[in-house]
Amino acid sequence: MIKHLKPAVILFVILTVLTGVIYPAVVTGLAHLLFPNQAGGSLITNSEGKSTGSRLIGQPFSNPGHFWGRPSATGPFPYNAGASSGSNLGPTNPALVDAVKARVQALKAADPDNKAPVPVDLITASGSGLDPHISPAAADYQVNRVAKARNMDPQKISDLIDANTESRQWWLLGEPRVNVLTLNLALDAIH
Amino acid sequence: MTSNSLLQITFYMVSLLVLIKPLGWYMARIYEDEPVVLNRLLAPVEKLIYRLSGVNPKQEMRWTDYAIALLIFNLLGTLAVFALQRLQADLPFNPQNLPAVSPDSSFNTAVSFATNTNWQGYSGEVTMSYLTQMLGLTVQNFVSAAAGMATLVALIRGFVRRKADIIGNFWVDLTRSILYILLPLSLILALVLVGQGVVQTFSPHQTVSLIETVSYEQPKLGADGQALKDAGGAPVMETVEVKEQVVAVGPAASQVAIKQLGTNGGGFFNVNSAHPLENPTPLSNFLEMLSILLIPGALCYTFGMMVGDTRQGWAILAAMTLILVALIFVVVPAEQTGNPALAALSVDQSASVSQSGGNMEGKETRFGITNSALWAAATTAASNGSVNSMHDSFTPIGGLVPMWLMQLGEVIYGGVGSGLYGMIMFAIVAVFVSGLMIGRTPEYLGKKIEAYEMKMAAITILIPPLVVLGGTALAVMIDVGKSSVFNPGAHGFSEVLYAFSSAGNNNGSAFGGLSANTPLYNTLLGLAMLFSRYWLAVPVLAIAGSLAAKKIVPTGPGTLPTHTPLFVTLLIGTVLLVGALTFIPALALGPVVEHLQMIGAR
Repeated sequence: MIKHLKPAVILFVILTVLTGVIYPAVVTGLAHLLFPNQAGGSLITNSEGKSTGSRLIGQPFSNPGHFWGRPSATGPFPYNAGASSGSNLGPTNPALVDAVKARVQALKAADPDNKAPVPVDLITASGSGLDPHISPAAADYQVNRVAKARNMDPQKISDLIDANTESRQWWLLGEPRVNVLTLNLALDAIH
Repeated sequence: MTSNSLLQITFYMVSLLVLIKPLGWYMARIYEDEPVVLNRLLAPVEKLIYRLSGVNPKQEMRWTDYAIALLIFNLLGTLAVFALQRLQADLPFNPQNLPAVSPDSSFNTAVSFATNTNWQGYSGEVTMSYLTQMLGLTVQNFVSAAAGMATLVALIRGFVRRKADIIGNFWVDLTRSILYILLPLSLILALVLVGQGVVQTFSPHQTVSLIETVSYEQPKLGADGQALKDAGGAPVMETVEVKEQVVAVGPAASQVAIKQLGTNGGGFFNVNSAHPLENPTPLSNFLEMLSILLIPGALCYTFGMMVGDTRQGWAILAAMTLILVALIFVVVPAEQTGNPALAALSVDQSASVSQSGGNMEGKETRFGITNSALWAAATTAASNGSVNSMHDSFTPIGGLVPMWLMQLGEVIYGGVGSGLYGMIMFAIVAVFVSGLMIGRTPEYLGKKIEAYEMKMAAITILIPPLVVLGGTALAVMIDVGKSSVFNPGAHGFSEVLYAFSSAGNNNGSAFGGLSANTPLYNTLLGLAMLFSRYWLAVPVLAIAGSLAAKKIVPTGPGTLPTHTPLFVTLLIGTVLLVGALTFIPALALGPVVEHLQMIGAR
C-alpha cells in the first residue's frame, strides 16, 4: 500500500499540471490566435466599439416592432446569460399548459388578425434559456405584426428574415433557424 | 419521422462505425506498446514522467496491487477536487469572486468527477471558479476516463495471458491512455469547437448592452439585509430595470472536448451542451455527439485485436449497436409526436420544412427534435450524461428511453473502458447460461468460466440495480427526499428514479427539475456513485487476476463460438432480460403511468 503512495502522489501532480494547466493554456493560446472572436464569446461590436450582444446568446424582446425569441426560463429575468436554465416542466405538468396558454394569448393579443396556429418553438421555453434562434416558421408568423408596428413592407421584412436565416449545416445537420438578435439589429439599422 | 431525421441518424451511425476500426487499431497498439507515429513526440515525455514518479514501466502488477493503485489514485483525485472547491475563494483564477462550495456539494462533486459520473448538483457558471474547473474538474475528466480504460485493458490481459500472475502496470496504462489517446484527441476537438463558437478564455464574464430593457420585481431589502414587510405583513416589492446582459464565459472548450471524449459529461455551464457557448452549431453538436460513443465503440475493436480475434470485438459491438439503434427509433418518434396537452391550444407541432415541430419544451431550435432525441439516446447509452436538451421536459416515453439505457448497466457502449468491461461481465453470464443449457463447462475466449468468475460477474451485475432501486425507495419514503421533487404526480417519481439510475450507473445526466443540491441527495447520490464504480471495478480486476492464472483451453466441438449471430442474440437477451425484469415495476410507476395519463387526458 505504502509503496504505491509515492508514485500515486507524484503522478497525480504531473498529470494535473499536464491536463489542468498546460492543456487548457495551450488550447486558450491557440484559440485566441486562430479564432479570436469565437474564443471570446462571439461578441457583436457596434460602430462605437461597444458590445451590443453575443451572436450566440439571445436577448429578451417584447416590443411588437421586434421579432420575439423563444420563451426563456432563466431567473430572475429572461435571457439572464449569467445563469442558464431550462424550465424543466414535465409534459403533464399543468403549469406547462398554463404557461403555453399565456404565451399564445400574448402573441394573439399583439397581432389579433393572425389566426394561424402558433409554431411550437415560439411558445415553449428553450433548453438553455438563451436560445438565439427561432424556426423560420416562427419568424414568418411574426412578419405582419412587425410590419404593422414599423409601417414597413412585409416583403422587405421577409427578405431580412432570409438574410438572417441559417440553413442546415452541410445541407444535412441540425435545423434551419433564424437569428433573432441579428435580425432585430438589422431591422433597427433601417429605421 | 421525417426523411431528414432518418438521414441525420444514418449519417451519425455510419460516421461512428467508420471510425471504430482505425481508432481501435491505434489504441491496441498503444496498450501493446507497439510503435506509433506520436512516439517521436511523446515517448521522451512519457519516459520523463516515469522517471520523475519513480515508476518502472516494465514492472507489472498482480491484480490486488493494480486495484490498490487505482483506488489510491482516485482517492487522491477526490480529495484534491474537494479541497479546491472548499478553498476556491482564496485561490487565483476566480474572476467572479465565487465563494467556497458547501461541504456536502463538494463531496458529491468530488466523487462524481473521480468516478467518471459527472453528476452535477451545482450550476457551473455561478458555482465553480475557473481554477476549480480546470485544475479540479478537467483533470478528473482525463484521469477518471483513463482509469476506466486501464481497468479494461487489465481485464483483456487476463483473457490473453496463460498461467500468469500479473496483469499490467496501472501507472503505465493510466499515463499512456492520457498521453497518447485522450490528450491528442481533446486538443484537436477543442480547437474545432472553438472555431464553431465554443468559448475559451480566462477573461471574466462579459457585459453587453441589451437592445430592449427588461424589468422584474424583487423583494426590497432593508439595511439589515432582511426583506422589508409592509403594515399588512406582505413583502415590499421593488422593480429592477435590466439594461445589460452579463454573458458567462470561461475556458469551456478545453473542458467540453474531454467531457465528451472521456464519457464524463459534466458541463462547464449549468445547461451543459444546450448552452450556445458550449455547443453553438449543428456541426459542434455532431462532433460532440460523435465523441460520446467514439472511444467506447473503438475499444471493442481494441479488445478484438488484443485477444487475437477481431470477430469477438465486432460481435460485442453488434449487440451494443442493435440495442442502441432500436431505442433511437423509440425516442425520436416519441419526441416528434409532441405533447397532446398543447394540441388544443392553437399550437402547430407538426414537422415541416420551416420548423422541426414536436415537443420543443426544453429543446434548442438549432438542434430540433432529431438531434435532441439522438443525443439523449447516445449520452445515456454511453455513461456520458451531458445533455443538449432538458430530459425532464421529454414526453414520458421519450424520457423512459434514456432512463432505461442507464438502467441496463451502462453497457450499451457505456463509459470509456467501464462500458466494455461491464458488457464482458454480461458476456460471461451469457456463456454461463448457455453452458447450462447445453451441459458443457462454460468458456469465454479460451478461459474456463468457473464459480469464482461467476460470483464476481454476478456482483457487478447486481450492485447497480440494488443501489438504484434501494436509493430511490429510500428517497421517496422520507419527506426531505420528496420535497426536492419539482414536477407533480408520476413525473415527480420519475425524477427521483432518474437521479438514482444516473448516479447508480455512473452516467451523470439528470431530470433537472429535481433539486438535488441538498445534503440528503448530495450524500445519497455520492454514495451511489462510489458503490457503483468501485464495487464493479474491483471484482472486474479480480476476474482479470483469476483468468490470467488459468491455462487456455483449445476450442473443441463442444465450445460455444462467441462471435456468431447466435451469441449476439444471447448477449442481447441477457442484457435486456436483466434490465427489464429488474426495472419494469419501477418504470411502471413513473413514465408508464405518466404516458397513460397523457394520452388518456386527450
